[in-house]
Amino acid sequence: MKRPIWALVPLLLLLGLVVMLYNGLGRDTETLPSQLVGQPMPPFQLPSLLGADSELDESLFRGRWMLLNVWATWCPTCYVEHPYFMQLAREGVAIVGLNYKDQDDKARQYLAELGNPYTHVVVDKRGTLAMDLGVYGAPETYLVNPEGKIMLRHAGEVNARVWAQKFAPLWPGREALEQDAGRDAHGGKAP
Amino acid sequence: MTAELGHFAVWMALVLALLQSVLPLIGAWRGNIALMSTARPLAIMQLLLLTIALIALGYAFYFNDFTLAYVANHSNSALPWGYRLSAIWGGHEGSLLLWVWMLAGWGAAVAWLSKSVPATMVARVLAVMGMIGIGFLSFMLFTSNPFDRLLPWFPLDGADLNPLLQDPGLIVHPPMLYMGYVGFSVAFAFAVAGLLAGRLDPVWARWARPWTTIAWAFLTVGIALGSWWAYYELGWGGWWFWDPVENASLMPWLSGTALIHSLAVAEKRNLFRAWTVLLAILTFSLSLLGTFLVRSGILTSVHAFANDPERGTFILIFLALVAGGSLSLFALRAPKLKNNAGFRLLSRESFLLGNNLLLLTATFVVLLGTLFPLIGDALDVRISISAPYFNKFFVPLTLVLMALLSLGMISNWKSHRGDAFRRRVLPLIPASLVGGLLAAWLPGGTPWLGTLGFIMVAWVVLAHLDDMIRKARASRGSFFAGLWRLSNGYKGMVLAHCGLALLVAGIILVTHHEIERDVRMVPGDTVQVGGYDFAFVDVGPRAGPNYDAMRGEFRVTRNGRAVTTMYPEKRTYRVGGQVMTQVALRPGLIHDLYVALGEPLDMPGAWAVRVYFKPGVRWIWAGALLMSLGGVLAVIDKRYRRRPARDTTAQAVAEGSA
Repeated sequence: MKRPIWALVPLLLLLGLVVMLYNGLGRDTETLPSQLVGQPMPPFQLPSLLGADSELDESLFRGRWMLLNVWATWCPTCYVEHPYFMQLAREGVAIVGLNYKDQDDKARQYLAELGNPYTHVVVDKRGTLAMDLGVYGAPETYLVNPEGKIMLRHAGEVNARVWAQKFAPLWPGREALEQDAGRDAHGGKAP
Repeated sequence: MTAELGHFAVWMALVLALLQSVLPLIGAWRGNIALMSTARPLAIMQLLLLTIALIALGYAFYFNDFTLAYVANHSNSALPWGYRLSAIWGGHEGSLLLWVWMLAGWGAAVAWLSKSVPATMVARVLAVMGMIGIGFLSFMLFTSNPFDRLLPWFPLDGADLNPLLQDPGLIVHPPMLYMGYVGFSVAFAFAVAGLLAGRLDPVWARWARPWTTIAWAFLTVGIALGSWWAYYELGWGGWWFWDPVENASLMPWLSGTALIHSLAVAEKRNLFRAWTVLLAILTFSLSLLGTFLVRSGILTSVHAFANDPERGTFILIFLALVAGGSLSLFALRAPKLKNNAGFRLLSRESFLLGNNLLLLTATFVVLLGTLFPLIGDALDVRISISAPYFNKFFVPLTLVLMALLSLGMISNWKSHRGDAFRRRVLPLIPASLVGGLLAAWLPGGTPWLGTLGFIMVAWVVLAHLDDMIRKARASRGSFFAGLWRLSNGYKGMVLAHCGLALLVAGIILVTHHEIERDVRMVPGDTVQVGGYDFAFVDVGPRAGPNYDAMRGEFRVTRNGRAVTTMYPEKRTYRVGGQVMTQVALRPGLIHDLYVALGEPLDMPGAWAVRVYFKPGVRWIWAGALLMSLGGVLAVIDKRYRRRPARDTTAQAVAEGSA
């Protein structure tokens, strides 16, 4: 009896899947490696959410340490981390928002009602800049130095714990902020 | 002592599982009745032992035995006793115990209820289930034992249950979900037993069908409960987030849906046999994959268990053995699985095949989207996957699926004459167009995609009503008597399909007509949402059993008439310090009102408040419940309880040695 070749196809597919999953084991899901760490911000030219008819580009990230936060109104975790960004903004951290695959009016309403922690909001409706950055999904947050180089990438929620562990060690003038991070009660793990 | 008793019972269950996976198989192979008949008592004994283990763990939780590491990590003496008991499955180790207990339960049910199935078949099915039991029992005993002691230094009080899980919805959600996941192991065991015996005929399909359907019904309820829980507990008002863990439960559901339909073809027409077996293997493998994704920490998720690569490796090896073993067996037996009968293009088989492919495509879309972070790593490709990706695929897939669903239901098996088919279908088209357009027009403008969805909803409902009326009329006696006499299997199908229509209608309504306002309010402010006025009366402290809360009071009126008063809370749990949003809901058949306290703002007394108006959101879960009810109805159909042809031992021996 001839054995049909197609009957082996599912087995081969499974083999591929298992190899892939095995490689993924032990992967640190919070510090996703980014090809871009140490690289300059990719060039872009995209509209601004809040400034009418104005366009923003990579020169935004010059002259001071900044955070780039990828967010969207359809992203539940963004709501969770939003109060923490409000707090950082109050403490003088400059945060640029990247509004990712979202609707402008919804995004504006979100900021109007929950508060705006961002100095600028870049509108990335088609996800082109996010693609260049290698964004897996919202939220993600990048640390950019005054020369416009990406120093750190964090996938997922930013809270006091993450700030203290990952961002604060790289951030200049860290002592003041670290103390603050320790005090914050909302830093518990988000759902 | 009770914990040691429980621990010992789990070890005994492992020994019995080893016996159960070997003895009946040898019996079936040699035609030895005595060995084959060990399967039933072994399966029932396993259930008894694991019940003892489960009770022992429950006892430890009830009496706050914090010498058990698992109890200390997931409970607290201030926790109400109901939640102390549900904490049994509030963490990784205990939920595994629940899982193996259910597996033993399904095994015992097969042993108990399969009187009409030949002894060789039962022996093989139970042996396969025994092997699955070995896998999970050793996983629990070697990597995640809930009975591990913290001696001699144990904490005086526990760390408390995750506040997200302190909720009535969460008491029932995991058991339902696991019943579904684990239930598919029966379908899998029947598939492997069928492959071993070389017997995959309509009789085999009839044995496997009710088990698959009932597991599917459990999974449906489990997913719906999870979605309902996320809606009111997480405080974002969403009902589906395409989170990896949600996707992990959706994948076996999609392929399980394909499986129950393909089993129907296998039973009625003896077709799609290889396909059916593959689907059974795939569905259970996806259940295992879901377990792997949730418990290995391989993907970031909102409700993943503790990250542990060692556990991940164990489940991955187990998954490779289960799927690899069964697929190898499949490759060996594939030549025997040729279809004998044929079918025309215009036939129920074609439409069912079409929908099977659509469901499988949907499964693949979810699998790809969920695993993309890993695939991206491997291929060094950077593409981001998020809710818009899934929606882009699921909307058209669902619409085409609904179109084919009615056509398949109307058409005959094997072949349908073109002109007769047209006579049935043509009147339905204008009727659904009118129905869909009316529905889209009534609650205020719906975009074209939503309108198309409403048309498909009308198309499915009208086609089933029409068919039911025709069938009832064709029957003897009065119309209602005819309606009553329709088989439970048929009624179940109508119910499940209409449930799908209701679910889709709910999704369209809530997607296009919900109103979400995130506003800043101080006591005394009023906001109008969806025709209702929400007056923020006051906010003040309130103490719960194990948390302190700030409780807001909102008086809701409509055109000046009082509707209700709503009390959303912001809770801080005393032990862990976690902050939780407790949503105030006014559920309704047509729409929900939803108020959540966000964050306190800069000014004293000012809060960020989320006020939502959610039309049709209940229909989503009601639709899922109807689907599941349809499954239950189909299972209690008379033909599964038909008196068995005498299963003589002679016949069993003949089959066993064949």
